[in-house]
Amino acid sequence: MKAYAFDYVRATTLVEALSLLERAGDGGKLIAGGQSLVPALNLRLLAPQILIDIAHLPELRGISVDDTHVHLGAGTRHVELATSALVGEHVPLLQMAIRHVAHAAIRNRGTLGGNLAHADPASELPACMIALEASMLVAGPKGERRIDAIDFFKGLYETALEPDEILVRISIARSPAGTRCHFNELARRAGDYAMAGLAMVMHGTQPQGLRIRPVFFGIGYRPTLASHAALCLEQATDPMEGLEAARQALAQDLSPQEDLQADAETRMQLAKVLLKRGLADLLAQGRG
Amino acid sequence: MGKQVITLMVNGESYRLEIEPRAHLADVLRDELALTGTHIGCEHGVCGACTIRVDGAITRACLLLAVQAEGAVIETIEGLSDSGEIGDLQDAFRHRNALQCGYCTPAMLITAQDLLLHNPNPDRATIRDHISGNYCRCTGYQAIVDAVETVAKARQTAGERA
Repeated sequence: MKAYAFDYVRATTLVEALSLLERAGDGGKLIAGGQSLVPALNLRLLAPQILIDIAHLPELRGISVDDTHVHLGAGTRHVELATSALVGEHVPLLQMAIRHVAHAAIRNRGTLGGNLAHADPASELPACMIALEASMLVAGPKGERRIDAIDFFKGLYETALEPDEILVRISIARSPAGTRCHFNELARRAGDYAMAGLAMVMHGTQPQGLRIRPVFFGIGYRPTLASHAALCLEQATDPMEGLEAARQALAQDLSPQEDLQADAETRMQLAKVLLKRGLADLLAQGRG
Repeated sequence: MGKQVITLMVNGESYRLEIEPRAHLADVLRDELALTGTHIGCEHGVCGACTIRVDGAITRACLLLAVQAEGAVIETIEGLSDSGEIGDLQDAFRHRNALQCGYCTPAMLITAQDLLLHNPNPDRATIRDHISGNYCRCTGYQAIVDAVETVAKARQTAGERA
């Protein structure tokens, strides 16, 4: 199908983009890589009056690291995340996840910020952001504000961004030594949306000070931190001993949906399988 | 909602085009420039038949508005074919019957070439992973993987001799 007609303008600075967005009101839509937006346009699921292209804003570019954090420009393309040495060293979870995001041709254009702002519940990167406790820097007509990842993803394609705001930068605390991470997803075809997926980070050592953040995606309408399951693992003398209780606790954490790919019961089973495999992987990393 | 003027470099030639903002690049290549080797299947990024190179990186032409590509360097199957860059892949596809109807073939060739440029010695699993975004409904993929593997090995041998 062909998109409805719309206007298009390429912004050159963040200030200009914010002003264009404010002026466009309800009819305005931001485009960066367009890898989720253009399909929706082609399918006529969306009918914006004007597209504001933010792919060329210098304020959204760049990957940097300081003493405490890694900073990722919202305009960073997936391929740049996948090949960045800084990302590999300081947030390896993102590179584990990125190879599951669609296909090479799409990773060449899709952006981190676009992915997060789109907030597809089956998307890999939002779950990673919650597992990594990322913080989102957002710009609007009234200035900048920060939103924690856990508060950013509100529901199906819904975020804490106001319609006149632009996601600028994502900051992630550099992982302390000994941090382990795991990523896995179950999909019918490589690159397809996952039926269920898990991003998990583990800090510290057992039994005191062990901290585990398992975040599921593709289950329910937003990425979900399985806090009850995490507690079962953290409080056990050996996390493996807490696994069965954690798997049962997933019923409190997750609300699996039914769709063409899988029913709710299947999804819950897949979540249990992912948790078991994930924990085994994290513990094996410690022995390696 | 008026038309906009863009400049594109396509297969080494510069074009100035007046287009609607809603036109994606696959439509513009086919309808304005008569480069019909870029095929259109699903128009939502799933089938891969419209894969081209934009500034050297493989891209879905149906997921890129032509206005977004203003100033970009575009290479289509016509360009890669005429330059001889993928002649060995084309021969291998033909010898191994790695195509039947040919609908996916231009994009499959561009995707295979992209893999070999980044990873000259891929194993079969890597080849399958890289072409996983390109649907083929005729071959069952086995012959395509064979052809790509054959070319990878032949280029390695040629490289060692050189």
